[in-house]
Amino acid sequence: MALTLDDVRRAAHLARIAIDDAEAEAALAQLTRVFGLIEDMQAVDVSGIEPMAHAQDLMLRLRNDLVTEGDQRNLFQSVAPEVDAGLYLVPKVIE
Amino acid sequence: MPQADTPAMSNATLKELSAQLAAKACSSVELAQDFINKINILNKDLGCYVTVDAARTLAQAQAADARRAAGNAGTLTGVPLAHKDIFCAKGWLTTCGSKMLANFVAPYDAHVVERCDAAGMVTLGKTNMDEFAMGSSNETSFFGAVRNPWNRERVPGGSSGGSAAAVAARLAPAATGTDTGGSIRQPAALTGICGLKPTYGLVSRYGMIAFASSLDQAGPMARTAEDLGLLLNVMAGHDARDSTSLERLAEDYNRDLAKPLKGLRVGLPKEFFAAGLSADVQKAIEAAIAEYKKLGATVVDISLPNMGLSVAVYYVLAPAEASSNLSRFDGVRYGHRAAEYTDLLDMYKRSRGEGFGAEVKRRILIGTYVLSHGYYDAYYIRAQKLRRLIAQDFVDAFRHCDVIMGPTSPTTAFKIGEKSSDPVQMYLSDIYTIAVNLAGLPGISIPCGFDGDGLPVGLQIIGNYFDEARMLNVAHQYQLATDWHQRAPAVSQG
Amino acid sequence: MKWEVVIGLETHAQLSTVSKIFSGAATAFGAAPNTQACGVDIALPGVLPVLNTGAVERAIRFGLAVGAKINSPSIFARKNYFYPDLPKGYQISQYERPIVEGGTITMQVGDTEKTVRLTRAHLEEDAGKSLHEDFQGRTGIDLNRAGTPLLEIVSEPDMRSAEEAVAYAKMLHTLVRWIDVCDGNMQEGSFRCDANVSVRPAGSTPLGTRREIKNLNSFRFLQQAIEYEVRWQINELEDGRAIQQATVLFNPDTGETRLMRTKEDAHDYRYFPDPDLLPLEVTAERLEAVRAAMPELPQAMRTRFVQEYRLAEYDALLLTASKETATFFEETTRVTVAASKVALAMDGQEPVESGVAKLVANWINGDIASRLNAEAIELRNIPITPGQLAKMLSRILDQKINNKQAKVVLEAMWSGEHDGDADKIIAALGLEQISDSGEIEKIVDQVLAANAQQVADFRAGKEKAFNSLVGQVMKASRGKANPQQVNDILRRKLAP
Repeated sequence: MALTLDDVRRAAHLARIAIDDAEAEAALAQLTRVFGLIEDMQAVDVSGIEPMAHAQDLMLRLRNDLVTEGDQRNLFQSVAPEVDAGLYLVPKVIE
Repeated sequence: MPQADTPAMSNATLKELSAQLAAKACSSVELAQDFINKINILNKDLGCYVTVDAARTLAQAQAADARRAAGNAGTLTGVPLAHKDIFCAKGWLTTCGSKMLANFVAPYDAHVVERCDAAGMVTLGKTNMDEFAMGSSNETSFFGAVRNPWNRERVPGGSSGGSAAAVAARLAPAATGTDTGGSIRQPAALTGICGLKPTYGLVSRYGMIAFASSLDQAGPMARTAEDLGLLLNVMAGHDARDSTSLERLAEDYNRDLAKPLKGLRVGLPKEFFAAGLSADVQKAIEAAIAEYKKLGATVVDISLPNMGLSVAVYYVLAPAEASSNLSRFDGVRYGHRAAEYTDLLDMYKRSRGEGFGAEVKRRILIGTYVLSHGYYDAYYIRAQKLRRLIAQDFVDAFRHCDVIMGPTSPTTAFKIGEKSSDPVQMYLSDIYTIAVNLAGLPGISIPCGFDGDGLPVGLQIIGNYFDEARMLNVAHQYQLATDWHQRAPAVSQG
Repeated sequence: MKWEVVIGLETHAQLSTVSKIFSGAATAFGAAPNTQACGVDIALPGVLPVLNTGAVERAIRFGLAVGAKINSPSIFARKNYFYPDLPKGYQISQYERPIVEGGTITMQVGDTEKTVRLTRAHLEEDAGKSLHEDFQGRTGIDLNRAGTPLLEIVSEPDMRSAEEAVAYAKMLHTLVRWIDVCDGNMQEGSFRCDANVSVRPAGSTPLGTRREIKNLNSFRFLQQAIEYEVRWQINELEDGRAIQQATVLFNPDTGETRLMRTKEDAHDYRYFPDPDLLPLEVTAERLEAVRAAMPELPQAMRTRFVQEYRLAEYDALLLTASKETATFFEETTRVTVAASKVALAMDGQEPVESGVAKLVANWINGDIASRLNAEAIELRNIPITPGQLAKMLSRILDQKINNKQAKVVLEAMWSGEHDGDADKIIAALGLEQISDSGEIEKIVDQVLAANAQQVADFRAGKEKAFNSLVGQVMKASRGKANPQQVNDILRRKLAP
């Protein structure tokens, strides 16, 4: 299937990446090449094959229900762009 | 106390440095200072390191010397190394090669950093890399390209290009790297050093900034196979904070170094020697195979029929995971936030638009697209099914051989700028390494010759799951018989 | 036209673990902002999730309690979207393979029993909180709640009225508290519902277009929101407008729902299996361990109360409304039986326990329930213990006090007088019943002498006169005479 400029813009919006018209055009050209490579996959019959999500065929290990982490707010917020009264600040969210 | 002889010191292997420190032939502080001096001279030109912090380094070296004086030194106590800038190291700038994290001082240590620190190793600095490990040439770094010490017009490979170039240029005796599709092995090959990508799950991913979680694996980069084993002994080990970290008994990966290779079955996949492989590389690989035959190995022709699809599969799965992994970089809690914006949506878009470079954005777009509604089955699920076929190819192959050999990269180091405008050409430079990540297998690259331009060629050795000790044995025996790994670029001997 | 209402609920129950679902940070409510948000919760670069056993066990316990299938393996997936209170840019949830599948909830709606099918229940992490006030026009983000374990319980669209939806939610609320998987604190957001509401012409099969009302955190709001929404949808349809699939919010101040987003601007969540988390296996051993530790469930207990104590269905239903009530009842009954020395059978046909149990049930469902209700407190905060109540009830059984006096004793116990000790209260208030037949006989004689007319009336066959005489005797004893004895003695004396 051929990728369109709208596909690129929609993906950029979903990914929250600012993209102007020139960038979208350039991305479309390059992504079209990449998808040309990816389309090789469609040639193979994959029916009956179980998808492989992990490099290991293992089950999840669990941790005990214990509190092991203390307050590190000051350290963590020392690298934050904008904080006040212990809160991370962002532009007003309208719900 | 005898003075450290600078050129000899920086040419020494981890094993030699360990012995010299043990013999008190030099102190850790002297050793660190030697490397710092050399970095100060060469790094401006090569761009291997993005951050050095002499005060921190020397403080660590002092502590290592004190530890030795107290009689508590381990094998690598006081030995310096460099960390790829993908590993969080508390108090160190940790940028991942990105403008997004250009001012990010990590508030905690990665498991790998913890383990190296605990062994008493001394951090020389953080090495340059492709942004978020996305690249095969180190050109996507926000901090500029790294130059290949063998030829400054050439790339060092990527994404662990800074680590590879630092080790090749003798600006570090060893370094950590990470490998998602070849990012340890390919730069090792292109800079004439050794690099090992372990079995997935052997080294904890905790504190290693994620690119593609189901493929990422950290490993050692050094100048000999034996050094790889020494550093892997430190890096590997179970970590409860990574759910994919394997619970295995500790092992000495160098335990089998001395074993003779008689009877070793070397599998040669025909797909590794097909179109696209440069003649010089092919020649060097064939010579290496001939050497292995001399060492008693037998050669088996094998096939990995689905390997040809590995690049396509990888460029669905890795961007998909990356698009999600990189969502946390939103300018809210850390990292780049745009100076101007109109509202929340605009803040997200501008912060990410400005903070990420072109290649990272490209992969986020690919990943977002293949996961989006209506395309998930055709791309993502199909790629996961093919991933299983590719992994199964290796299972079948290892019924007939003990290790698989072939080239690490289809070409030697290419020119800076040569492939940066064509992503597909760039992606294909990992054609021999990607399948190993998809399967979760271990792979090594070791130097095995040079092309007509004097650029190094890497031999890739792929082992079965958890066969690191055998692979190091296979690499080490070759290095006993050859001296490719001892060749140094001229710049390093200045 | 007649309309049929169709409702399905999605309920988020916060699991009562001490640490978060994927990190070792505390889940305690009310901490200073971001002091319980560790590196994993704020999604520092490089951190990874590790699943909490406590959350898994609670999910299994819930699954077993509703008779569901426990999937093994189940799969964690990432739900991708950007929001400031979602630090990773994705929520870890379960999508294609949840840990709990199927099951039912049975509850009482008015006089009838109703069963609602469950679709599934899956584990997921909660998001943080956005605070919209007081930050110079900015929104403040507190991530303490981020990573708190949730069980999202999804019902089939089996409910047909707001009343049924509320009954279902209440039953679910009772159950999750009963099996100790959730504290059920709705004010703190530990238990909140989304309601999917649609209407269709009565008798028609296909479902109408639904609208989802988000985040209802009280039963009253649930009821009001659904009732409003149903009226609104019916009005729209009757005015010839089609319903658009949408998400709406309920405003408790106006009692109305308002549009949040329509299907057109719905998210594309790009779910995919989380590569950081391997498949979650529930081994047979783990399943058995959880099953073995499972408390008796309300349904089973209700049946047992009816069989074992011969309680009325309705009494048993009330007593199993919460585990606290059921425990209070059983404990009071046990102590009363043990403490009473007198032969207890209130009618010779039934076992001793049954008689006591009925008495206990009457008091708990009667005086105590109205008292709790009047003071708006829950049984877990009741100021008297089962032991104290048992002592008081024993005195009724001993015929030391009668029911009327017992009410006075309960009153005093409730206010904590005399350490809540029934005997001390009875002594201090002089409430002890007169059971000395000599004394009662004396009073009876006085009453008979003073009321010749009633005696004559009774003898002439007017049964009513007897009651009047009993009343006179009780009055003369200031209510303390044993009514049974008064009866017996009067009958004897009036016998022809």
